[in-house]
Amino acid sequence: MVTIIKIAWRNVWRNKLRSLIVITSMVLGLWSGLFAVAMSRGINEQRVKSAIDTYLHHVQIHNPSFEYNLDINSVIEDPTCVLEEIENNSLVKAFSSRIIISVMASTAHGTEGVKIIGIESEKETSFSEISQNIVKGNYFSKTKSKPVIIGQKLADNLKLDIKKKLSVTFVDDNGDIQRIKFKVEGIFNTANSIFDGGNIFVKKEDLIDLFKNKYATHEIAILCNNIDDSNILKENLAGLFPKNKVETWKDISPELGSVQEIMVWFFLIFMSIILLALSFGIVNIMLMAVLERKRELGMLMSVGLNKTKVFLMILFETIFISCISLPLGILLSYLMISYYGQVGIDLSIVSKGLEAFGMKSMVYTDLPIDYYFRITILTLFVTLISSLFPARRALKLDPAEAIRSL
Amino acid sequence: MNVIETKNISKLYKQADQDIKALNDVSINFKKGEFTAIVGPSGSGKTTFLNTIGGLDSPSSGKVLIDNNEITKLNSNQLIDFRLRNIGFVFQSYNLIPVLTAKENVEFIMLMQGSSKSIRDKRSVELLKSVGLDDQLNRRPNQLSGGQQQRVAVARALASKPKFVLADEPTANLDSSSTSNLLDIMSRLNKKEKMTFIFSTHDQRVIDRANRIITLEDGKILSDINVK
Ligand SMILES: Nc1ncnc2c1ncn2[C@@H]1O[C@H](COP(=O)(O)OP(=O)(O)OP(=O)(O)O)[C@@H](O)[C@H]1O
Ligand SMILES: [Mg+2]
Repeated sequence: MVTIIKIAWRNVWRNKLRSLIVITSMVLGLWSGLFAVAMSRGINEQRVKSAIDTYLHHVQIHNPSFEYNLDINSVIEDPTCVLEEIENNSLVKAFSSRIIISVMASTAHGTEGVKIIGIESEKETSFSEISQNIVKGNYFSKTKSKPVIIGQKLADNLKLDIKKKLSVTFVDDNGDIQRIKFKVEGIFNTANSIFDGGNIFVKKEDLIDLFKNKYATHEIAILCNNIDDSNILKENLAGLFPKNKVETWKDISPELGSVQEIMVWFFLIFMSIILLALSFGIVNIMLMAVLERKRELGMLMSVGLNKTKVFLMILFETIFISCISLPLGILLSYLMISYYGQVGIDLSIVSKGLEAFGMKSMVYTDLPIDYYFRITILTLFVTLISSLFPARRALKLDPAEAIRSL
Repeated sequence: MNVIETKNISKLYKQADQDIKALNDVSINFKKGEFTAIVGPSGSGKTTFLNTIGGLDSPSSGKVLIDNNEITKLNSNQLIDFRLRNIGFVFQSYNLIPVLTAKENVEFIMLMQGSSKSIRDKRSVELLKSVGLDDQLNRRPNQLSGGQQQRVAVARALASKPKFVLADEPTANLDSSSTSNLLDIMSRLNKKEKMTFIFSTHDQRVIDRANRIITLEDGKILSDINVK
C-alpha cells in the first residue's frame, strides 16, 4: 500500500508541467469562487448596514394599522408610556419618535409622491445617518421657517435647490386637504437612491399642530447597544404594549436578513459549478494519463498487480493533485479575503450603479471560517467522485491487449 | 515432471472478413530447467502462445496446466495472483515502472507478494548483482541503457521466485553486445539456478544459445528440436 501511494505520488510529478497546470487552475478556481462569494457577502453586509443606519434601525414601533398605507390617524397608542419605557430600558442606545405622512411634494417643475418624516432633529443625529449624508446646505440649523431636508434624487427630479420652496399636500386627520410650504435647507445623498427620492425630513414640531395630542407619533425608531439584542428588546416591548406593533429590522425588511441565508446556498451552488468544471479538467487529464500509460499499466497487471491496487494507484494520483491544490487555494483565498476585509475594495468606478441598490462604494470582503470547511469537504467529495472515472478506465485495460502494443 | 503442459490449445481471433487461428491445436510440454527458444515468422503465433501459457490470454479451447494446476479454470483475479507467484515476465520494452529506481522495481514484485523488508533488500541487491548492475541500484529506468533496463527486467522477473520465466522478444530492441550480454546472464541463471526460460526471438544468435528450439508456423508446431 505504501508503495502504491509512493508510486502515485511520483507519478503526479512525472509530467510536471501538466500537473502544475491542473493545480494552478484548481487553485485559481477555488480562489476566484471564494473571493467572489466573500465579495458578495461584503456587499450585502454593507447594504444591510446602510439600510439599518439610514432608515431601518434595530427596532421600530408602530400602530398595528399603520403598516404601509400610512394612515395619518394610525398613531402609536400610549405614546408617553412607550417613550418612558424606552428611555429607561438598558438595551436601548438611542431612539427617536417620528411623524410620517404620505404627501404629494410639488414645485413648479413637477409633483412627486413622497413620505414626509417629522423628526426630533437633535435626537435623530445620534443614530440616523442622514445628518452625516448632507451634501449641500445644512442639517436643521436654527432657521425658523419650516426647513426641509430632501434627497439628491428628489432635488434632481423636482429641480430643487437649497433655499427653494417646496409645498406638500396631504389629507389631514379630519379628511381635509392640507398644504404646507417648506424651505429646502439641506440635501442628503445616502447610498440608496430609491430612499433618497422618496423621503423628506422636516422637524416634528412643524407637523405636530396637525394632531390633537402633542405627543402624537407614528413611529419610534430604536437603536440597541448591540444589534443582536433587537429581538430581546422587541419581545420586551411587545409584551408591555400589546396594542402597538413592535418589529425588528429583520421583520420589517426580511429580504435583507434572508439574503445571508440564501447566500449559503448561493455559495454551495456557485462553488459546485466551479468544482464541477475543475473536475472535468482533472478527469480529462487523468484519463489522458491512463491511456498514455496503457502499456505500463498493462505490464503491471501482467506481472501481478491486482485490480484493486491499479484502481487505488490512479485514485491516489487524482486525490494527490487536489490535495496539493486545495490548501494552496484556500490559503490564497484566506489571505486575500482577510486583506481586503481590512483594507476594502473601492468600487467607486461603478458605484453610481450600485447606489440604486443601496450599496456603498467601499466593499469589505467577508467569509466566515465555516465556509472554508464547507469548501474543503465539497472539494474532497468532488475530487473523490471524479477520480473514480479514470481509475475505472484503468481497470478496463486488458493486460494481454495492452502489452501487445509494447 | 512437466512445469508446463498444454493440451490441444487453440486461439481463434474473430475478424470481420475471416477468423484467424493464431494457435491451432497445440499440445506441448516443458520440463524444469529448459532453455527454450520459440521461433517462427511474424504472425506465426509466438506471442499468442507465450501469453496463453503465461495466463495473460485464455485459449479458445484446450487446457493449460502449470505444475498440474489447470490455469484455464481460474478467474481473472485468481490469474493475476497466480502470475504474481508463479511466472516471471520479460517484455520487449516498458518492463519497468519509470518512477521507481532499479532496486525499487525489483523489490516491487516481492512487495506485492508480501515479503519482509530485510528479505527484499537482500534479494534485490543479490539479483541486481547477478545481472551485473550492483552499481546502478538507485538509477531510474530513464537513466539506464536499453540493455541495462532489460537486465533489470530479468532480475525483476526472478525476484518472485517463479516456476519459469517467459520472455517475448527480450532482445528485439538491443544491439548485439547487449544481446549477448543478456543471453549470457539468462543462460547462467538457467544453469546455476535451474531456472526455466522460454523466449521468443527472430535473432539467429539468440536461437543458437537455446537448448530447445520450437518452430511455429500458422499457429502450429512445425518442429521441436533438442539441441543438447
Ligand atoms: N487481438 C488480436 N485480434 C485479432 N488478431 C490477432 C490479435 N492478436 C494477434 N492476432 C493475430 O494472430 C496471429 C498471431 O499473432 P502473434 O502476435 O501471436 O504472432 P507473432 O508470432 O508473435 O508475430 P511477431 O513475430 O510479429 O511478434 C497474427 O495473424 C495476428 O494478426
Ligand atoms: Mg510477437
